[in-house]
Amino acid sequence: MKLIDTIKYRLTVDVAGRAFLRYERFLNARRLKNARFKSENLAPPLRISAWTKELISLHYFRGRYVEGHQPVAYVTSGGPVEILKALGYYVIYPENHAALAGARHAQMELIQSAEEFGFSQDICSYVRTDLGTALTGKTPVGKLPKPDLLLACTNICQTVLHWYRVLQKIFNVPLVVIDTPFVYTEAPPHAVEYVKKQLENELIPVAERVAGRTLKEKKFKEVVKYSKDATELWLEILNMGRHIPTPISIFDQFIHMAPIVEMRGDKVTVDFYYAMLKEVKERVKKGIGSVKNEKKRVLWDNLPVWYKLSRLAAELADRGVSMPISTYTYAWGELAPLIDIERGMESMARVYLYPILNRGTGHKLEVMRQMVKDFKLDGVILHSDRSCKPYSIGQVPQRNKLMEEFGIPALLLEADHNDERAFSEEQVASRIASFLEMMEVA
Amino acid sequence: MSRVKAIGIDVGSTTAKIVAVDENGEMIWRYIEPTDPRIEDQVDRFLEKLKEELSISDEELKKIPIVATGYGRKLVHQAKKKLTEITCHAKGVYKSLGHGGTLVDIGGQDSKVIVISNDGKVVDFTMNDKCAAGTGRFLENTAMRMKVPLDKMGELALSAPEEVKISSVCTVFAESEIISMIAHGVAVEPILKGLHRGLISRIVAMIRSVGLTPPLMLSGGVVKNPAVRKMLEEATGQKVILPEYPQFMGAYGAALIALESTKSEN
Ligand code: SF4
Repeated sequence: MKLIDTIKYRLTVDVAGRAFLRYERFLNARRLKNARFKSENLAPPLRISAWTKELISLHYFRGRYVEGHQPVAYVTSGGPVEILKALGYYVIYPENHAALAGARHAQMELIQSAEEFGFSQDICSYVRTDLGTALTGKTPVGKLPKPDLLLACTNICQTVLHWYRVLQKIFNVPLVVIDTPFVYTEAPPHAVEYVKKQLENELIPVAERVAGRTLKEKKFKEVVKYSKDATELWLEILNMGRHIPTPISIFDQFIHMAPIVEMRGDKVTVDFYYAMLKEVKERVKKGIGSVKNEKKRVLWDNLPVWYKLSRLAAELADRGVSMPISTYTYAWGELAPLIDIERGMESMARVYLYPILNRGTGHKLEVMRQMVKDFKLDGVILHSDRSCKPYSIGQVPQRNKLMEEFGIPALLLEADHNDERAFSEEQVASRIASFLEMMEVA
Repeated sequence: MSRVKAIGIDVGSTTAKIVAVDENGEMIWRYIEPTDPRIEDQVDRFLEKLKEELSISDEELKKIPIVATGYGRKLVHQAKKKLTEITCHAKGVYKSLGHGGTLVDIGGQDSKVIVISNDGKVVDFTMNDKCAAGTGRFLENTAMRMKVPLDKMGELALSAPEEVKISSVCTVFAESEIISMIAHGVAVEPILKGLHRGLISRIVAMIRSVGLTPPLMLSGGVVKNPAVRKMLEEATGQKVILPEYPQFMGAYGAALIALESTKSEN
């Protein structure tokens, strides 16, 4: 029976599902090949978009059938997923799922369901979106599998701790918390050791027990290598934004970052980013910019406003304003040099200690300074995200410092990455308009 | 030939204003009215009035460039260009006073702080949060609730020997707070003083977020309220400078920009 089930699962997902989605990608790719500048001013979507769509669709398609065939883990975006991947886990990132819901305008219903259960409006909107799904089963992707394991890493915020405890109550499955001490300048050796011990003594035993398998060194190294390769490619792609005009914008990055978050450690992710890099380089060669007639280049700080992405992109493009880089998308690339395949667990510990949100406001300021110089930026938009306090704290002095040091305008924009009620259309529009007038592109 | 060389229209949430300038950018005519929900009709009426009072013919009017600003600017189809209040206020105030500095403009539903450079450019700005706290609407609502005429509010507040603290900055919650105070027999004046203090503390926080570059300048309808001016001076330690027509700075700036556009076209 078990064998028949497995065969059925493989046939549904890996044969039929994959073939259908591949065919769809082929059709989409053909359509994209002939795409022209959309709004006159916005470059056509990258051809790779067809592949991104296929990867994401296949990922969630697998999720519908995966229960009972592969162990399932829910993981925070900064979680050490390589260990789980090496153990054959199918991984869901609730944050990514919530972002996808936001981009498809399906998040508000979920958020409201969570609030009806008593969760406060002051909690991060990713959490409310995800708990809405966990509590009602509703999702724009059809169905999410139930987790067998929960893994929360505190390197992004403390919210995840409480969030995953709630998930634990709902699903009644083991929860592993990896506690990552804050890094101000350099992580001291004992902090690295502390995280490493948690990986070895907490995560691995529990993950092995749940999966019913033991972690194989060879497989783990392979996953780490794919993870490193993909991360390096992602970084290289982002750095292409230094070209004038920039071949890709943060709006492209927000869309195409799904694999680096969700499918880190898979071979296909490496292939995907390799292809993406090739296409982006091609654009550089042909001088194709993400916006036509690029006049000004602006930095974005913080999470995107998922439900307003395309509007903002078009609005800026019409003024000849491009957004070559953001601290948010960069966060998934900047750690690439820290991944050391030979030093397996220790390098994992180090990598997961160093995300931007675990490093304080001074570090983020430094990252932005460097970006203004390297990407030759003319202005900065800092999204003050009502939901994400760790990302938004310190933005006022950061803004003032950047203005002072570089003499460029910087705008603090109040919104929320997923909760539309915290977004006030008219006010955001007038702030952006004033900012553009200040840069003399209105 | 008419002396009017450019027109600026500022459609705010509370009032709509129009300004006409001559070739030197001097304000030669202005008019203000509460904003009408039918903005296009209102602007047509404004232009009729202008034609009549300055004896301008239809033909002449057609040739005069118009720039619109304010939150209703997009509905002013008569304008050839639409710009935000930030740019226009800075322009108007700079021309009126002849220097840069930090401009505070307290409007009906938007309060703004604009830092203007010595050559008249906007170098930084900030606006109030999403809600009406820190805007003119905050005072207006509570004036209504307390049955105090709006133009007497400031004087009454200043006449209070003491003040009570209003803890809520939310317009709606502040209202309920006030009602319960009145029910408990607290006098009107100290409440008014507390309300003004609340408004000013929001404004000062905005000033701090962009940094105060002296001198401090004030515009918008609220300048008629003496308590706002006095408390702002107390809180910042700076003397507040007013332009001659503080309510018209947006429309004036818009007119100046319209005038510049004719010069650059020529
Ligand atoms: S608070 Fe910020 S870091 Fe934490 S889950 Fe929400 S968006 Fe992510």
